[in-house]
Amino acid sequence: MIQNNPIGRLVAHIILIVGILIVAFPIYYAFVASTQSLQDIMRPPLSLLPGGHFWENYTTALFGGIGRIGGVSVGRLLINSTIMALAIAVGKIIISILSAYAIVFFRFPGRMVFFWLIFITLMLPVEVRILPTYKVMVDLGLIDTYTGLTVPLMASATATLLFRQFFMTIPGELVEAARVDGAGPWRFFKDILLPLSKTNIAALFVILFIYGWTQYLWPLLMTNRNDMTTIVIGLRKMISFADADTEWHLVMVTCILAILPPILVVVLMQRWFVRGLVETEK
Amino acid sequence: MASSTRVTFPNKVLPYLLLAPQLAITIVFFYWPASQAIRQSVLREDPFGLSTQFVGLGNFKRILSDPNYLNSLQVTIVFSIATAVIAMGFALLFAVMADKVIRGKGVYRTLMIWPYAVAPAIAGMLWLFLFNPSMGTFAYMIRSAGYNWDPLLNSNQAMLLVVAAAAWKQISYNFLFFVAGLQSIPKSLIEAAAIDGAGETKRFWTIIFPLLAPTTFFLLVVNTVYAFFDTFGIIHAVTGGGPGKATETLVYKVYNDGFVNLILGDSAAQSVILMVIVIGLTAIQFRYVERKVHYG
Repeated sequence: MIQNNPIGRLVAHIILIVGILIVAFPIYYAFVASTQSLQDIMRPPLSLLPGGHFWENYTTALFGGIGRIGGVSVGRLLINSTIMALAIAVGKIIISILSAYAIVFFRFPGRMVFFWLIFITLMLPVEVRILPTYKVMVDLGLIDTYTGLTVPLMASATATLLFRQFFMTIPGELVEAARVDGAGPWRFFKDILLPLSKTNIAALFVILFIYGWTQYLWPLLMTNRNDMTTIVIGLRKMISFADADTEWHLVMVTCILAILPPILVVVLMQRWFVRGLVETEK
Repeated sequence: MASSTRVTFPNKVLPYLLLAPQLAITIVFFYWPASQAIRQSVLREDPFGLSTQFVGLGNFKRILSDPNYLNSLQVTIVFSIATAVIAMGFALLFAVMADKVIRGKGVYRTLMIWPYAVAPAIAGMLWLFLFNPSMGTFAYMIRSAGYNWDPLLNSNQAMLLVVAAAAWKQISYNFLFFVAGLQSIPKSLIEAAAIDGAGETKRFWTIIFPLLAPTTFFLLVVNTVYAFFDTFGIIHAVTGGGPGKATETLVYKVYNDGFVNLILGDSAAQSVILMVIVIGLTAIQFRYVERKVHYG
C-alpha cells in the first residue's frame, strides 16, 4: 500500500485550485467585464465582481446591433455559428459513416484507392491551400452562403477513419446472421450498425460541434457580409485598438455568448466527449 | 485493412453511392485546390496578372533565401516549442495532482476542460483583454509595478502573450490525455516501488514518467500540429503578425502574402512547403503513434 499522505493530498488540492484559477479566470473576468459599463472597463483596474449592467449590455448586444459590424446583432451571429456548427457536425457524421460503411462492409473494385483518397485529405488542411480554395469558392459562387460555410468542411478523413476502426471490431458473425435472416444492407445499417455506433456518434458530435464552432480561417475567407459571418469573426471585427470607439462592454458580452454554447455542449455531454476523445484517439 | 475473409454484402453499385458524397466534396474542395497550389508554386505571374511563366523551383529558391521567410520559420519554431512545452508541462502537473486527490476529481475535470471549447481566436482576445496596454487590468498592474509592458510594441512581450493564450487553450486537451494515461498505469507497479522504498518524486521519474512516454509523444505531435496550424486565429486576432514580423507564423505568412498582398507564386510555394510539413507530421503520428488520430 502507498502510505496515506494527507499533506501530499492537500498540496495536490492547492495546485489544482491554482490550476482552475489559471484556466477559468480569463473566462470569468470576461464575464465580469460584460456586466460593467464602458466607462468602468476603460478605467483599470477592473473590479473582480460583476457590475450592474448585465441586462442592459446583453439585450443591447443580442437584439440591438453593433455599430462596428454594420449594425448586425449578436443574435444573428449566434444563429450563423449555430447553423455552421450543427451542419458541420451532422453532415460530417453522415458522410463519414456512409463511406466507412462502404469501405468495411463491401468488396468492390477501387476500394483501397478510395480509402487512400480519403486518408490523404488528412494532409491537406485548409491552411495549406488557402488561396486556391478561395478561388474555387468564388468560381462556384459560394462566398457568403451557408453552403460555402459548411459543405467543404464536411469531408474529413478523421471521422471516416474512426468509424472504419469501430466497424472493423464488429464480428463477421453479426453480418452473417443478418444476411441469413434476410436483412439487406440497408436493414443491417439501420437496425444493427447505427444502434451499435450510438456512443461513437455522440462523442464525435461533441468534438465536431466544437470544431465547427471554433473555425476561424474558413469563415474569415468565406464571408464578406457581416450578417453572414460567425460570432468568432464578428467579434474580431468589433475590436480595434487604433480607435477609441470599440464598445468593450458589448465586445465582452459577445465573447461570453461565443464561449457559452460550446462550453455547455462539452460540459453537458462530458461523459461521451471524454470517452470519445481519449479512447478513440488512443 | 481487415482480412479478406470478412463477411460483406454482395452489392456492386451501392458502395459507390455510399462513397459518392465524401468523394465529391473531397475532390472539389481538397484535391482540386491542392493541385492548383502545386501548379501555381512553379509559376510566376507578373504584377499585373497579364502573363504567367514557368519558373520551376524558382519560387522555392527565392522563398528559402528570403530573410522574412526564414524569420517566420524561426518564429513558428519558437512559438511551437514554447506552446507545446508550457501546455504539456502544466497539463502534466495538474493531471498528476488530479490522480492523487480522492475527493472532487470530477469537479476539477469539469472545470479544467472549459478552454477546449473556446475558439483559439477568442482565447487570444481574452488574454489580450487582460494584458492590453490601454485598459487591461493585468497590464495596469504590471505597469504599476514599474515594468514597461506593451505587447503591441514589444516583440518579446507580443510573443509571450500569444504563447500564453495558445498554451492556455491547449491545457484542457493535454490534461484529459494525461489523466487517461495515468489511469492506465497499473497501480501494482507503483505500490511495488513504494514497498521498495522509492519516494514520491523517484516513483514519478522512474516509473510514471517513462510509462507515460507514448501519451507524451502523441501529445507532442498533436500540440505541434496545433501550434503550426490551429493558432492562426490567435495571431490574426491578437497581433496581426506584429509588431514588425515578430509573431508572423508560417500559416499567417501564407495568408498574408496570398490573400492580403496577392503574391500568388510565393504564397503557393509556401503552401507546398507547409504541405510537406503536414505530411511529415502525419507520417510520424501514424508511424510511431499507431492508430492515434488527430481530429481536424
